[in-house]
Amino acid sequence: MSIALEERLAATLARLIMDPSAPPARHIAVGAASPIPAAACWLVKLMGHPVRLSLLHKRSGNPFTEGTRELFDLTGQGRIDLFFLGGGQIDGQANLNLVGTGDWPGKAVRFPGSFGSAFMYFMTPRTILFREEHSPRVLVEKVDNISAPGVSPPGVFRRGTAQALVTGKCVFRFHPDRARFSLESLHPGETVETVREATGFDFDVPASVPTTPDPTEAELALLRGAVKAEMVETYPEFCTRVWGHDAAAA
Amino acid sequence: MMLPSVDALAAQVPDGALVALPPDNSLPSVALAKALIRKGARGLRLLGVPVSGFATDILIGAGCVAEVETSAVSLGEAGFAPRFTAALKAGSIRLRDATCPAIHSMLQASEKGIPFMPLRGIIGSDILANRPDWKVIPNPFATEGEDPIVLLPAKQPDFAVFHAAMADSEGNVWLGRRRECATIAHASKAALVTVERVVEGNFLEDEKLASGAISATYVTATAIAERGARPAALLDEYGFDQAYVSDYARAAKTEEGFRAWLDREVYGAAQKVAAE
Repeated sequence: MSIALEERLAATLARLIMDPSAPPARHIAVGAASPIPAAACWLVKLMGHPVRLSLLHKRSGNPFTEGTRELFDLTGQGRIDLFFLGGGQIDGQANLNLVGTGDWPGKAVRFPGSFGSAFMYFMTPRTILFREEHSPRVLVEKVDNISAPGVSPPGVFRRGTAQALVTGKCVFRFHPDRARFSLESLHPGETVETVREATGFDFDVPASVPTTPDPTEAELALLRGAVKAEMVETYPEFCTRVWGHDAAAA
Repeated sequence: MMLPSVDALAAQVPDGALVALPPDNSLPSVALAKALIRKGARGLRLLGVPVSGFATDILIGAGCVAEVETSAVSLGEAGFAPRFTAALKAGSIRLRDATCPAIHSMLQASEKGIPFMPLRGIIGSDILANRPDWKVIPNPFATEGEDPIVLLPAKQPDFAVFHAAMADSEGNVWLGRRRECATIAHASKAALVTVERVVEGNFLEDEKLASGAISATYVTATAIAERGARPAALLDEYGFDQAYVSDYARAAKTEEGFRAWLDREVYGAAQKVAAE
């Protein structure tokens, strides 16, 4: 079985979660429409790393017993270390647009809405941005509307910013001091040029850019076994698509 | 107050009311949303707590809604909410965008009977730029610098509408850990709750049930609606009906498709019940 892109992305996210240079990830929350980040978190946990996972949309054994506000209360206190966010548009300063394109509130193309991004992006010590589609319509020079800003002026309370942006083509590292992305690694088959063509914002390129490593055999075995088993209740369609139609029966 | 049917429950809601609804993962009363459509509700103002899903989309499509305040409208894995998107494009609904913890905080202010609640974050978001009712002040307790912080006004819905597993003889309802429904009930002037069944006794006398109950203090009226959350899930009793929502998402891409869906799934069901 060849490596599915979803598997590669989950393993890549798992490596970023465990990045020793980033603030520790003791407690991670994962939102609704995030099967690949959820798979990455399960991978980290099932590899034996002590991490608490709070999956918002888990039906059985949901961690929140005081209502959905509990996630935001925990985050407000600084007790969620890492969250994942995406966006219909993401720009070169890591501003996120989950509202829509054109004039407010998305007169051209309306996206679902900002969810908790305008709070979570400020209040977690780090955010991993994830958007599989890597195209000039998603990665834009400047977002049409800001759901959540990439950086904040001094004096505005903020615990952290984006750590990285992972797409279907590459990994960008975010530098909050200069509010810019740099190219960290290229997925197999991509070059600096193909990424530049597909990206609407300008970014920094180091002298040499490594290839994003393949998932290891151990990671693949976990993803296709124990991770899938944990995922199937919450993300049945995803499990069926990536791991075959018997996934729901597993 | 136990009412004889979900349609009697819907009759309590006047046109123009501010109605708070939980989303698809949190016990929406889709049965009551369908009853509001059957009664021809108009001008409703919906509050998504903290986001909106299936029930909101069908109410918008049926022309029941004037305004939506929410942090997102989505059908989950089935994608964008088609009737919401179409109504927004046509300009037939007003939309007030928020962010999830802001909606919880505005309701919590109402729970406490205080005029506002502060919340971190949001500064620099265009949500704030489009919310003249939200204010930024310097933190009066800051020890250094201004420390700007957002203040959100208390939000008191006219009605909380949701589904619970059961009601008891005393009018208490039980819904386990989905306590956001309790927040909505506490904050609203009235709560209308559909339930799967009514059981003898008093949940508040049972230590194991009491923590998942909402006291009758807050519950204005209930009615039995079996499978009343469908296609949304109900705790450990039944799961989310993905096929039903995906079928809806396809049908409701067009106005004609949506009308046919309504005839079959909302008006058709009522005729069947009336004939029985």
